[in-house]
Amino acid sequence: MTRRIAFLGMLAGAALVAGDSGAQTTPAPPAPNQPSSATDSALEVRTSAVAATLRCPVCQGESIQDSPSELAQQMRAVVRERLRAGESPEEIKAYFASRYGEWILLEPKMTGLNIVLYVLPVVLVVGGLILVVALVRKWTRPV
Amino acid sequence: MTGTIAHSALLVSVGVLALGVILTPVAIRSGRREWLQLVYGAAYTNFLLVTIATVAMVYALVTHDFSVSYVAAVGSRATPLLFTVISLWGALEGSILFWAWVLAMYAAVVVWLHGRKPGNLVPYATMTMLAVAAFFAFLLVGPADPFRPVFPVPADGPGPNTLLQNHILMAVHPPLLYLGYVGMTVPFAFAIGAIVSNEATSNDWTLLSRRWMLASWSFLTAAIIAGMWWSYEVLGWGGYWAWDPVENASFLPWLTATAYLHSVMVQERRNMLRLWTLNLCVATFVLTILGTFLTRSGILSSVHAFTTGTIGYYFLALIALVLTVTLVLVAGHSDRIRTPGKLGGAASRETVFLLNNLFLTAVMLTVLVGTLYPLIAEAIRGVKVSVGEPFFNRMTIPAMVALIFLMGVGPSLPWGSTTWADARKRLAPPLAGALIMAAIAIAVGTRSIYALLAFTFVGYAAVGNLREYWIGMRARRRAHGESWPTALTRLVRGNRRRYGGYVAHIGILLVAIGVTASSAFRTEREATLLPGETLTVSGKTVRLKGVWGREEPQRSVIGATLDILDRDGRVTGTLEPRMNFYHVSDQPVPTPDVKSSIRGDVYVNLMAFEANGANATIKLIVEPLVPWIWFGGLVIVIGSIIGMFHSGRRAVPVRKPPAAAPLAAPDAEPEQEAVEALT
Amino acid sequence: MNWKRSLIALLAAAPLLALFAFGFTRNPAEIPSPLPGRPAPPFTLAVLTAGEGAHARTPGDTIRLSELAGKVVVVNFWASWCLPCRTEHNALSEAARHYSDKRTQFIGVLYNDSPSAGIRWIGELGGMSYPAVTDVESRTAIDYGLYGVPETFIIDPAGRVAHKHLGPITGDVLRRVIDSVLVSSGTPDSIAPGAG
Repeated sequence: MTRRIAFLGMLAGAALVAGDSGAQTTPAPPAPNQPSSATDSALEVRTSAVAATLRCPVCQGESIQDSPSELAQQMRAVVRERLRAGESPEEIKAYFASRYGEWILLEPKMTGLNIVLYVLPVVLVVGGLILVVALVRKWTRPV
Repeated sequence: MTGTIAHSALLVSVGVLALGVILTPVAIRSGRREWLQLVYGAAYTNFLLVTIATVAMVYALVTHDFSVSYVAAVGSRATPLLFTVISLWGALEGSILFWAWVLAMYAAVVVWLHGRKPGNLVPYATMTMLAVAAFFAFLLVGPADPFRPVFPVPADGPGPNTLLQNHILMAVHPPLLYLGYVGMTVPFAFAIGAIVSNEATSNDWTLLSRRWMLASWSFLTAAIIAGMWWSYEVLGWGGYWAWDPVENASFLPWLTATAYLHSVMVQERRNMLRLWTLNLCVATFVLTILGTFLTRSGILSSVHAFTTGTIGYYFLALIALVLTVTLVLVAGHSDRIRTPGKLGGAASRETVFLLNNLFLTAVMLTVLVGTLYPLIAEAIRGVKVSVGEPFFNRMTIPAMVALIFLMGVGPSLPWGSTTWADARKRLAPPLAGALIMAAIAIAVGTRSIYALLAFTFVGYAAVGNLREYWIGMRARRRAHGESWPTALTRLVRGNRRRYGGYVAHIGILLVAIGVTASSAFRTEREATLLPGETLTVSGKTVRLKGVWGREEPQRSVIGATLDILDRDGRVTGTLEPRMNFYHVSDQPVPTPDVKSSIRGDVYVNLMAFEANGANATIKLIVEPLVPWIWFGGLVIVIGSIIGMFHSGRRAVPVRKPPAAAPLAAPDAEPEQEAVEALT
Repeated sequence: MNWKRSLIALLAAAPLLALFAFGFTRNPAEIPSPLPGRPAPPFTLAVLTAGEGAHARTPGDTIRLSELAGKVVVVNFWASWCLPCRTEHNALSEAARHYSDKRTQFIGVLYNDSPSAGIRWIGELGGMSYPAVTDVESRTAIDYGLYGVPETFIIDPAGRVAHKHLGPITGDVLRRVIDSVLVSSGTPDSIAPGAG
C-alpha cells in the first residue's frame, strides 16, 4: 500500500524536480518567415528570453520584452547587442543590476535571504506530501 | 443636495449597524429573542440606506453634479454615459461605496433566506456581517467620504482614469469581482457564528456555508477570467496574467476557496478535516481583506493600485482586528472543533482531496510569500527587489500541472476506499486520453516539458471526467431503459453537486489548454509598415491599408486599418488597433485589436506612427487557443450553477467499503458508484 | 476556550502585521541607485546647444567624461515633454552660472526626445547656461540606470558618482552637494583651472 502512495508522490515529485531545469518560460519557436539569416531569429529568441527577465523601469511590473515603451525597446537593443558580442545572460543581467539595482531583475538573485524564497515552495510541496502520506497511514490504521 | 441626502443616509446606517451588532448578544444572553427581529431589521434597513446612497452617487455622476467630491474627481462631461456610470467603482471612494452596497445586499439576502432558522447561528452570523458592514460605513462617512461638498463647484472634471474608459469589460469585471470577494464574507460569518454559538461541530452551518462559498467562488472565477480578458484586450502586450500583486490578491482567496469546496466534501462524508475546513473558510475571507488592503494601502506598487492616502491605515486596522478575532476564536475553540480522522483506505477519493488541498495550499503560500517578498526583503536586507512573472511561473506551474492530473484521478476513485487492483482498473481508461493528447502535443511541436505534461494530464482528466458521465448514463439506461438525453438529465438531477463539479472541471481543463497553448506557441513580430506592405507571423499576414485619425469629446484617436490576408492573398478580415490620446493625460492609451477564432487569435497593437500618417509601427502577435480560456470560464460558471441548486439533502455518509462486498463481473465495481447516483 | 493556543496563534500573526506597518514607512516607487560611490559610467555625447561662459561647447562637438577628470560634473537628464523639468530649469542654469569659475561642468542630456523639440524648449525657457547634449538610443541613460526624467547625477573630480537626485533638483541641493564635493576633493576655489 505504501508503494502505491509513494508512486503518486513520486509522480508529483518528478514533476517538481524536472521543473527546476525547464520551468523557464519557453521562448516561442521562431516565426517561419523571419528575414534571411537563421542566426538573426536565433538571436531574437535569446534576446526575448533575457528581456523577459528584466523589469521595465518606467512601467508597472512589465518586462522590457512586453513593454511597448521607448526605454524598454532601447534596453532590448542593449541586450541584443551584448548577446551578439558574446556576453552570457548572467553577465547581461549583472550589468543591468549594477546600474539599476537588484530591482530590475524580475526573478530575484538566488543569494542570501532570497534563497528562502526559492526553497520555501519546494519545502511546502515535499513536506506536504510527506505529511499527507503520514496522515493517510495514520487514518487508515486498523483500529 | 444629492450629497447631503446620501451622506445622511450613510450616517444613519452607521448607527443602525452599530445597534444591530450590540443588540445581538444582548438579545441572546437576556433571552429576549424578539429583539433579534430588530437585528434582522437592521440588515434590511442598512441595505435600503446604502442603496439610497449608491443611487444618489450614480445620479450625481450622470448629471455631472461636480459639487460632490467623488464626481469632481472622476466625472467629466466628455465621458460617454456608460463609462460615467461605471466610474462608480473606478476610483477609491466609489469602490468602497460599491463594496458597502454589495455587502449590504448579501446581508439582507442572508437574513431573508435564513432568518427564520431557530438557534443562534444565523443571529451571530448576521452580527458578523453587520460588523464588517459597519467598518465600511464608518469609512464612507469619514476618511473615504465620496460625498464631500466641493466649493466652488467646478465646471467640469478630469474624467475617470484613461485606462478604464476603453473597454466594455470594465462594466463586467469589477461587479463580478465584488460579488465574489464580498460574497466570501457570508461563509466566514457563518463560521464565526457557528463557533460563537457552539454549533461548530454540527453540519448545519457547513451546508449553509458551502452553498454561499460556491456562489461566491463562481463569481470570483468569472471575475478573474473577465479581468484576464480585459487585460488582454486593453493593455496591449498580448498577455492576460502578469502576476501583478493585485492579480495575486484575487487569486489567493480563489485558491483557498477551491480547497475548501473539496475538503468540505470530506468533512461531510467522513466527519473529519473539520478544523482544517473551517480554517480554509476563514482564511478565504481574511485573504479578501488582505487583497483589499494591498490595493488601497500603496505599500506594493501595482498596475491596479488605487491612489493612496490615509485609508491604508484603516484597512490595516481592519486586518488586525479580523485576524485577532478569528485567530482567538478558532484557536481557542480548536479542541472542540477538531474531530478524529478515519479513512477507509488509501486508494480513495478522500486521499486525492487531501493531495488537492496540499497543492492548492502550497500554491497559495508560494504566491503570498512571493507577493509580499519585496516588502520582506526591504525590511530584512534593506534592498528593493522585484518578484515577477518568471519567478511565479517557475514556482507554481509544477504544482498546477499536478492539480490537473489530480482532476482526473479524483472523479475515478470512489468515496470510502477500494483495493489497489480496483483502483488501477478505474484509473486506466483515461490513459488513452492522455496518450492521444501527448501525441498531438508532440506532433504540433511542444517542446517544454511542462507544456507537454499539462497537455497530457488535460487529456487524462478530460476523459476521466467525461467517462463518469458515460458510466452513469449507461447504468441508468441498463436499469431504467432511458434514452441518452433522459439518462443525462436524470443523472445530473440526481446528483447535481457531483456532475456540476465535473462540468466545472471540464471548464478548468479548457482554461488550462488555452493557457498552455497560448504560452507555449505564441509568436510575435514588430515592424514598421508603409501602406500596402505586409507583415507575416506564423502563417498569418496583415497588410496596412492606412493610418487615420478622429476626434472624440474626451480624446483624439489615431488608428491603423489592416487587412488580414489568407494564404491566397484574399482579405478575410480587418483589424483596427488605435492609440487614444486623452486630453487630460499625456500618456497615450493603446487599444489593440484582436480577431478571434476557435484556433486562436490574431492580435495587433499599434506601437507608433508617423505624424503625417505615412507609416505605422505595429506588433503582430499570433496566440493559439486563447478564446478557449474565456469559453472555459463560462463552462466553469455553468458547472457551479448546476452544482449550486441541489436538493439540499445531506450527502450520504460512506457505508461499508465496497471491497468487503463480493466482486462480480469486472464492470460491477464502477457501477456501484453509478448505483449510488441513481438513489 | 483554549487561551494559550489563541495567544500562540496571535503571536504567529504579529510579524505579518508588523510587516504591513513597516510597509507604510516605505515608498515602493523610490528605488535607490547602486551608482553613488562607484566610478561614473563613461560617456561620449554630441553637443546640441552651446551653453554660456566657461561651460560653453561648440554644437556638433563631443563631450567625453574622460576629458572632464578633475572637475565636478553635474549631469542632468531632461526632456521637453517632462513637466517637472521646467521647475528645475532655472535652478540648474543659476547654479551653473554660479559655479562657472569653479572647476565644474554642467551637462544637460536630452532623453527620448527630438533635438528640434529640445532646442525649442530651451528657447521657450530663456536659454540653458550649459550645453545640452543628445543621447542616441538612450545608451547613456541606460548606463546610468535612468528610471525617468528628471534625474541629476553629480560626479566628483575623481570620477565617482557622488550623488543621484531623483525628480526636479533645487538650487539648495545643488549647492550643498557641489560644495561638499569640492571641499572633500580638496579643490581650492581660488586657483585657476590648470594649476594644482
